Amino acid sequence: MTRYLLKSILQIVPVLFIISMLVFVLVRATGDPVALMLPESATEQDRIEMTEALGLNEPLYVQYGIFISNAIRGDFGISYHYGQQALPLVLERLPASIELAVVSMVISTLIAIPLGILSALKRNSYLDLIISGISVLGKAMPNFWVGIMLILFFSVMLGMFPVSGRGGLENMVLPAFTLGVGLAAQMTRMIRSTMLEILNQDYIRTARSKGIIEAIVVGKHAFRNGLISVVTIMSLQFTSLISGTLITETVFAWPGLGQLLVAAVNNKDMAIIQAAVLIIALLVIVINILTDVVYRLLDPRIKYN
Amino acid sequence: MLAKTFEEKQVSTRSASNRKSKLSKTIKLLFNSKTGTVGLFLIILVTCLAVFAPWLTSFDPAQVNPLARLQPPMWMEGGSAEHILGTDNLGRDIWSRIVYGSRISLIIGIGAVLFSGFIGATLGLLAGFYGGWINAIIMRIADAFLAVPTILLMLVFLAVVGPGLRTLIVVIGITSWVPYARVVRGEVLSIKEREFVKAAQAIGAKKKRIIFKHILPNVLSSFIIISGMNVATTIVLEASLSFLGLGVKAPAVSWGGMLSDGRQYVATSWWVATFPGIAITITVLGVIFLGDWLRDILDPRMKMKNG
Repeated sequence: MTRYLLKSILQIVPVLFIISMLVFVLVRATGDPVALMLPESATEQDRIEMTEALGLNEPLYVQYGIFISNAIRGDFGISYHYGQQALPLVLERLPASIELAVVSMVISTLIAIPLGILSALKRNSYLDLIISGISVLGKAMPNFWVGIMLILFFSVMLGMFPVSGRGGLENMVLPAFTLGVGLAAQMTRMIRSTMLEILNQDYIRTARSKGIIEAIVVGKHAFRNGLISVVTIMSLQFTSLISGTLITETVFAWPGLGQLLVAAVNNKDMAIIQAAVLIIALLVIVINILTDVVYRLLDPRIKYN
Repeated sequence: MLAKTFEEKQVSTRSASNRKSKLSKTIKLLFNSKTGTVGLFLIILVTCLAVFAPWLTSFDPAQVNPLARLQPPMWMEGGSAEHILGTDNLGRDIWSRIVYGSRISLIIGIGAVLFSGFIGATLGLLAGFYGGWINAIIMRIADAFLAVPTILLMLVFLAVVGPGLRTLIVVIGITSWVPYARVVRGEVLSIKEREFVKAAQAIGAKKKRIIFKHILPNVLSSFIIISGMNVATTIVLEASLSFLGLGVKAPAVSWGGMLSDGRQYVATSWWVATFPGIAITITVLGVIFLGDWLRDILDPRMKMKNG
């Protein structure tokens, strides 16, 4: 286990290396950072000094080396829009995004597990048809539109929840459901097919033939074995969850990382983009490793070599 | 001489009738599947909107009319028969914007999928066929791309190149090739070991011939399956990017951009945001249904896996 963990942590390095290179090349391709940072009234002398100060006279590989060594120490440069270090700005927004992501994940799991199991148990019934229909619809609707429609019904027409911002629980409901619904739609389909597979296994037939009540067969024998797939599904969803937060945060003016990043892209604020992309990539990689660890705990048959 | 041409003729008519019966079989299969039929119907509907746009509306989708701002749809009080689905915050006709918006969705949906499919299939083919360090490099890059959500990569690219129709296709193309590369590589790895490839190698066929004649045709069905699924994702992606203000630029009309206008006026004018969303949902639904059907006939194994 320890060896496996060490190995997978070591594998992070090349992946982060490629991502950092990509980000670096893209940022250098944006054009002249000096022109972006200086006021229009700057003289030629100012330009030369600024270029020197930023190390832009060095060859590209030296610049990349400087970028990497700074990045490792958490220095992604100064956001010219906010006039502050980029990394603290990014980290400051992280809790709001994680909060939203976790609550949506919980909501989607609570919707998807019962619906998925139900439609697998009642396979090809009307109930199954309705659940499958809703989940296809949930997949087809873009989540920012779902968000706007939720605002329309629950905020504008019923006045139940605030339209935007972060604060109490009532602020959380609409954005979390917006994100949760789309995720639940995908999860329901996957849980349904996993359960169908498991319910066809011999040990389920054996359990049923022993006269064990159906609830225990499903809950204990079938679902516990399906849990591994559920964990996989959840970890796969994590990436789409992050893409989802980017847009949902914009719809609801939720002060998270997504909103910061979208604003940074519109402002061409490269320091923030660099920091945010690398932090999110790191997050995704760590989640993937954690998933593997949870697997191992859930299924002792899995061996890591 | 005469006999030969006769024979040739016969062969060619036989293969033509074969092809014909295959086509009619496929069509029959399509109508046997209810969702497949619905999908086809929806896609034809949207394609007709895109193709016949100028005949379906008398308004220029970009024409601003300050006097007709935020008019409700025709069946509501204050609506007029002129603007069937009402007007937006600049007085532009929503129906005509939806009709013209279908063009952008379809062009980007199909264009970007073809482009990313080309990149992905080429890289997957190279990685699977040659193995070794080529495979190692390509798959490491693929891992790195997978570690970052696609839309995030797109944001970074778009921050550099700026919005626009062509850049959008290119950016979506170079950020979403990974699934193609992985699937094609996997297929190539297994096909490479099959007898007919070994036989071709044994009789001294050139690598180029093996790739194009023996491997590529066998990869095609999985390639079509992923492409089908990706058209749906791409249409939603384009709408999302346009919603964030990073998609196509005015005067081009995008459903996502319409939603972003609608978001601001949702408190007073529900129709501005509602109709483009319905348009996206219908289009994506059609693509999903048709894609699922394609998957079922091209790869029956997958259908069993998915219950």
